[in-house]
Amino acid sequence: MKKTTKMICTLIAAAAFIALLVFLESNKNKYGMAVTVLQKGFILAVVAVSMNLLNGFTGLFSLGQAGFMALGAYAYAIFTIPVESRGSVYYISGIHPAIENIEFPMVVALIFAGLVAAAFAAVIGFPVLRLKSDYLAIATLGFSEIIRAFIASPQMDQITNGSYGLKSIPAANIYMVIGLCIVCITIMAMLINSSYGRAFKAIREDEIAAEAMGINLLKHKELAFVISSFFAGIGGALLAMFMRSIDSSTFKIALTYDILLIVVIGGMGSITGSVLSALLVTASKEWWLRFFDEPLTIAGVNIPLFRNGFRMVIFSILLMVVVLFYRRGIMGTNEFSWEGLFGLIKSIPKRISSLFRKKEGAAK
Amino acid sequence: MSRNLLEVKDLSVSYGGISAVKGISFEVPEGEVVTLIGANGAGKSSTLRSIVGLEKPAGGSIFFDGKELTTMGTEQLVTQGITLVPEGRRVFPNLSVLENLKIGAYQRKDSLEEDIQWIYGLFPRLQERSWQMAGTLSGGEQQMLAIGRALMSRPKMIMMDEPSLGLAPIVVQGVFDIIKEINKQGVTILLVEQNANMALKAAHHAYVMETGRITMSGTGKELAENEQVKAAYLGKTKKK
Repeated sequence: MKKTTKMICTLIAAAAFIALLVFLESNKNKYGMAVTVLQKGFILAVVAVSMNLLNGFTGLFSLGQAGFMALGAYAYAIFTIPVESRGSVYYISGIHPAIENIEFPMVVALIFAGLVAAAFAAVIGFPVLRLKSDYLAIATLGFSEIIRAFIASPQMDQITNGSYGLKSIPAANIYMVIGLCIVCITIMAMLINSSYGRAFKAIREDEIAAEAMGINLLKHKELAFVISSFFAGIGGALLAMFMRSIDSSTFKIALTYDILLIVVIGGMGSITGSVLSALLVTASKEWWLRFFDEPLTIAGVNIPLFRNGFRMVIFSILLMVVVLFYRRGIMGTNEFSWEGLFGLIKSIPKRISSLFRKKEGAAK
Repeated sequence: MSRNLLEVKDLSVSYGGISAVKGISFEVPEGEVVTLIGANGAGKSSTLRSIVGLEKPAGGSIFFDGKELTTMGTEQLVTQGITLVPEGRRVFPNLSVLENLKIGAYQRKDSLEEDIQWIYGLFPRLQERSWQMAGTLSGGEQQMLAIGRALMSRPKMIMMDEPSLGLAPIVVQGVFDIIKEINKQGVTILLVEQNANMALKAAHHAYVMETGRITMSGTGKELAENEQVKAAYLGKTKKK
């Protein structure tokens, strides 16, 4: 395929996406669910790509994402809640005088959120990154829970508002949220395609050979860990911006598992896979499978299984099916390309016919 | 007489009280192929591992180009001009051939195009397969990629750990032809081998290791004709 054709395809796709955003923004009330799913999906995509950077590209099995998101979300929320409404947010124990009147503009607060998460990652990275595989996973998981418990502790009431959570976080429109997500994902994609990204992949493939090629293992692992946490922090901040109120229970281990699920479904080591899977998983979890939760009556007969919570059963079954048929996730370690997409579309008739032929052969 | 690039003095290595290398000394002169031969467990790999810093020596010193190596980390060696072709090839299986080569030049910041062409000139098979995943190459091709990757950092010396391991005889011949070829182009080579026959033919100078000590040394030709070496390593017995 020619370069110009690819450019045109990309431009058309980008224009269609922007048109979709404009349409959704102007019909927000009618398509509330689509707006929500798109924003949440993109925010989770940022965190999923950051996790993929660590787990899929550098080969470090870390489960600390929720903790770093919590740090980012709180760092963002504390400094963006308007000063005048802080009294009503911290109504129980009041706000600490040192931070009472500090308010950051949105972008500054976002970067600050990323830096807080990155700084914490840098500190725990040195001891933790000497561990390997499952041990690293357990250690990072532990740290993530420590962060959450610390945020929720009564001693932190004047800063994090303890277990009451924070609200009145200023909202942003859909362009802002999705635009920021795309910027973050692009930066990470550029990093992965640079020589640093190549060094990360070399570490994933073979540590001893990577070291023999002159790659300093600890330094590069630390770098991957800090960058991944930086973007997880920004992801947490974006989540706070989107939800407008947060509390520590949002950032339980379950959140890390949700993100791990997105990474695995999308493919360990594929950026576009993570983005695609973040959107698909969010959409099917929150939207497409909703009707399973409603009572269903066909021809006067009440179908017994359709009730609240049934959609999660269907969701889990779908996940198992996906994992069975796509062992390495939807994209494996490949990235999206127009050739790949058109090749897939072209091969559909052939695939269907071969499916039937197989069945005929079996019948004979 | 050319100067010594690598000098190992009284090197000893031990693993938890069991000594694998018991005070060996040898030199690698610039521009030569030097081989270390010996059976399994003779201490060849331990010697190599301590030169590259994967193992901390219990005693002795290692000098490369006049600099002490024992205090350096493995990744610093590349900047000094030594690269290792590890035992068992260890290419990066899920990266393409080209990416593997680029990682070999990770410490360099200048343009790589010329060197990639040089490697492709040495190994035309790699050029044909430049976009293929390294894990899908045959054993011989992987060995060539491992050597090519090591050459990408433009080293003064490369160290090869058992490059003939697990390869068919005809492929082994190809590997040794390449060793001679890159040596002709000015790269010093330290070769650790069990395949004494091939190694002695390729080497200017050779050392025989047995149970952690160097028991014999000489030019490759001398050792290849030595009766003891013949009996022990070349599988040829004296005719009675």
